[in-house]
Amino acid sequence: MSQEKKEETKKVQIYIMGREYQVPAGLTIMKAMEYAGYRFVRSCGCRGGFCGACATVYRVKGDYKLRMALACQETVEDGMYISQIPFTPAEKPIYDLEKLGPSANVFLQYYPEIAKCVSCNTCTKACPQDLEVMDYVQAALRGDFEEVASLSFDCISCGLCAVRCPTELVPYNIALLARRLYGKYVMPKAKHVEERIKEIESGKFNEELQKLMEASVDDLKEVYETREIEPE
Amino acid sequence: MIRLPYYPGCAVQTTARNYSISGVAIAEKLGIELVELPKWNCCGVFPFLANDDIMRHLAPIRNLIHVQEMNEKGIVQNENRVVTFCSMCYHTLKEANLFLKDPEKKEKTDIFFEREKEFVGGVKEGYKGGVEALDFLEVLKDIVGYDKIAEEVKKPLKGLKVAPYYGCLVLRPREIGIDDPENPTILENILEALGAEVIDNPNRIQCCGSYHTVDRRDIVAELTYDNLIYPVRSGAEVIVTCCPLCTFNLDFRQKDAGKLHRDLQEIPVMYYTQLMAIALGLDKQFYGVDLGLHYVDPKPLLEAKNLY
Amino acid sequence: MNLAEKVRSISGEDVLSCYQCGLCSGSCPVRFAMDLSPTQVVRLVQVGNIEKIFESNTFWICSTCFSCYARCPRKINITKIMEALRQIRLRRDQDKIALSDIPKEELKILPPIALVSNFRKTTA
Repeated sequence: MSQEKKEETKKVQIYIMGREYQVPAGLTIMKAMEYAGYRFVRSCGCRGGFCGACATVYRVKGDYKLRMALACQETVEDGMYISQIPFTPAEKPIYDLEKLGPSANVFLQYYPEIAKCVSCNTCTKACPQDLEVMDYVQAALRGDFEEVASLSFDCISCGLCAVRCPTELVPYNIALLARRLYGKYVMPKAKHVEERIKEIESGKFNEELQKLMEASVDDLKEVYETREIEPE
Repeated sequence: MIRLPYYPGCAVQTTARNYSISGVAIAEKLGIELVELPKWNCCGVFPFLANDDIMRHLAPIRNLIHVQEMNEKGIVQNENRVVTFCSMCYHTLKEANLFLKDPEKKEKTDIFFEREKEFVGGVKEGYKGGVEALDFLEVLKDIVGYDKIAEEVKKPLKGLKVAPYYGCLVLRPREIGIDDPENPTILENILEALGAEVIDNPNRIQCCGSYHTVDRRDIVAELTYDNLIYPVRSGAEVIVTCCPLCTFNLDFRQKDAGKLHRDLQEIPVMYYTQLMAIALGLDKQFYGVDLGLHYVDPKPLLEAKNLY
Repeated sequence: MNLAEKVRSISGEDVLSCYQCGLCSGSCPVRFAMDLSPTQVVRLVQVGNIEKIFESNTFWICSTCFSCYARCPRKINITKIMEALRQIRLRRDQDKIALSDIPKEELKILPPIALVSNFRKTTA
């Protein structure tokens, strides 16, 4: 048997919500959980580190530190205690972007709790995307939405910052408001999008859409499977 | 030109932009270049007054570390002073050093920052000590000097009756204050150098009601009346301030105060830096009176005095 | 640790050296809105009756202006005692104010420093 094969069968011991499992080394947390028999109905989405659905907390035996990761990205380690956070309860205020000017206090109006930030940096430490979360919360406090948008560009709203924040903020929702403001007031308008919107409004695609809406499930499946995929 | 690290703070970037716009401009006029910290966070506004819970003491210390980093990166050379306009920022930054005098507390914060090193966005080194916070009033008094200010005056504020108001945090407690906590004179001296007529305000060191403006406007309204009525009766035409929160309360809460006490007539409230920008002959954009940040518009008064 | 010891430990202040001269209450700009005076609060800490203080609004009304401390002939930082009292309450996760009660129009104009300082004194 080759060396490679041996490596593959090496097992590590992990604990999923307190229960012990032996899983092959080298798997991601997500795959290890599936190997152990779990079937994901929540806490799983794109499996590629982009959707932010698989927020996970874990500790490793012998280390006091609580660690944060995306289950689809982090490889299992021997002695890992794993638990998932499928959903983060968070206040989501309703605002009308059309009426919302990029004023200095725009964040404080909808998220006054950002004024509770004590700059402890726990959010930054929690971020699996390695964002400088505390810095963008601080920028929001002073109304600098461009800075917030730029620092939070890679945020995938996994919710781990909000779970860890000792002052109970929800940084990722604040960042979302910033990126929306940025898109509305700063980013150059994409011409082709405007043209396409005009086409949609003029009814150019109505007939095609109507056809899809009336199609049977099997027909839809076929359309999907034979769809054009842009080359990478 | 003297280059000094400059910590703006949240207020002068938002509701008190008139303070920093005028302040940075007059600093430059007087030979001081204020170099903004490349990275900074809210100072915490008040020093946390409990002995424990190190986490709530970190905010100002972080900013002192950023001043340290400016030196390491060569943005400034051997400059351990950091200037603020906001009294509250000054107070917390200054207090942080006093807090860290206790070796046990220093050790605890060092351990905290040591653990942060491994993270993206964390500070790379703990606080080594020695960064000194300066209120811009101290810069004017000790580095520039009243005589130099008087020399630079192009448009004396002749006949303008001004009443200074200090508030609490640049004066108290004694170990943090920049002047005599019971009888401060810095603002008076500056205003006299500008040629203004200084009106005595017996309540110039009294509290403005501070953060109660969020949930106890009744308290702030009483204090606003108390703090304004004496100078108004003595003929003051404008109140001169140095703290963005005092300014907000004295200016915007006049509405509440006027409802409680009919005898209070409206009076504009301005930062000393705004009056300096006028007196030093700077461009109008540096007066900061056109930004919609005043409740009582100071322009009619300035126009009447030929200052606008 | 009983409550009185807790107040002393969090504040680090030696309340026993207070001789009840009343200068703190005379200097307090918000005394008019308090039900117990600062002097009475210090006395209650001395005798260990913290529950009585918690029935009052005094430590919430204190606006941290340091007038009492600046004038205290015994150099007791009464402002720190008030902070300790607030903290003991807040650490049980009892917020003094509800953020949702602050009107939007106010949030539009309030300086960030007003909100930061208020929330640091009134929320857990």
